[in-house]
Amino acid sequence: MSSTLRNVGLLGLGSHRPANRVDNHGIAERTASSDEWIRERSGIVTRGVAGEDESTVDMAVSAGGKALAAAGVPAEAVSLVLMATCSMPGPLPGGSPEVAHRLGARHAGASDIGAGCAGFTYALSMAADAVRCSSADYVLVIGSEKLTPMVDPDDRATAFLFGDGAGAAVVGPTAADGISRVVWAHDGEQHDMLTIHGSPSRLAMNGRAIYRWATTSLPDLARRACEQAGIEPHDLVAFVPHQANLRITESVVKSLGLPASVVVARDVVDSGNTSAASVPIALTRLHEEGTIRQGDPVLLLGFGAGLTAAGQVVRCP
Amino acid sequence: MTASADTASRTELITGLAEVLHEVAGTPADKVVPEAGFEADLDIDSLTMVEVVVACEERWDVRIPDEALEGMRTVGDAVDYIAGARA
Repeated sequence: MSSTLRNVGLLGLGSHRPANRVDNHGIAERTASSDEWIRERSGIVTRGVAGEDESTVDMAVSAGGKALAAAGVPAEAVSLVLMATCSMPGPLPGGSPEVAHRLGARHAGASDIGAGCAGFTYALSMAADAVRCSSADYVLVIGSEKLTPMVDPDDRATAFLFGDGAGAAVVGPTAADGISRVVWAHDGEQHDMLTIHGSPSRLAMNGRAIYRWATTSLPDLARRACEQAGIEPHDLVAFVPHQANLRITESVVKSLGLPASVVVARDVVDSGNTSAASVPIALTRLHEEGTIRQGDPVLLLGFGAGLTAAGQVVRCP
Repeated sequence: MTASADTASRTELITGLAEVLHEVAGTPADKVVPEAGFEADLDIDSLTMVEVVVACEERWDVRIPDEALEGMRTVGDAVDYIAGARA
């Protein structure tokens, strides 16, 4: 057995945003709320809502295909497809085998990863370790969510919060290391703060408890992730936290003391909370806009239901 | 605790709470009076209230659980709770 560990990094990114954009007005009318109230509490102005012919798997295939094209990696070369999601129509089957099949990743293993909104950063760490240890050469990591059908349109606290979409990254061997060791944490005592139960599935959330946990525990986790990467938070080029709520993002940015020179992803304004898809969607957006460039250090921080969290510093592909 | 010590303690808590509210939400100190409602009078929404509570917990080394937050509608309610938790 070889004990050589390989350097690993991101090779390509891609995302799928539903064409159907929904603003706050209709949601506000139904929940006796207002556009202003929703913006003040969440920062959200609009979100993507997937159509009936746009499933969790469909969006994952779209985002995954774009990431492979960006990386220049043929589907046949993919060793593993990991898909983070909590919004497949049922517990079985997972979505990743169908995604791998439709993309033509004939030689790949496939598995879904369930860690709520932190799913992508968990899956990314597993992908990086698989490549590092030579269990895999190229791993396609996807976050894909179709949560809007599970949200109660009459629940004033959650009806406006969620959106649909998918994001993906290709992980593979690189000359210089570009994915730091992950840091992770949980607060399982608060396991019932965000749940999807029942038939039909309905999402329920204690927003205040999650806000409290996120704003008090995430700054330390973010600092630890930077320590693992050997970088000071103020030397990051960008910070891409899970797009849960703009208020959480701003609070964590303030606690970390990030200077204005660090780009902060605020895609929640245009996409809502897309759970496990939010980090790769927001990262892809910064990359496509040219805000971040090859080699730039970016802190990713996933957190959510469980409660659970994971983060790492990546180098932009 | 004597009545005068109790009054002094409450005055100190209101002053401290005014400092917390100013730091977290920019609330003018003169508006922080016992009968002021957090949401109704001071424009503190539920998420800002969580930040206020966390700052109070650190300042006075007390624990204010979510259940207690439900009944905490005015500055006076908060002062009563914190005074009780410190006793």
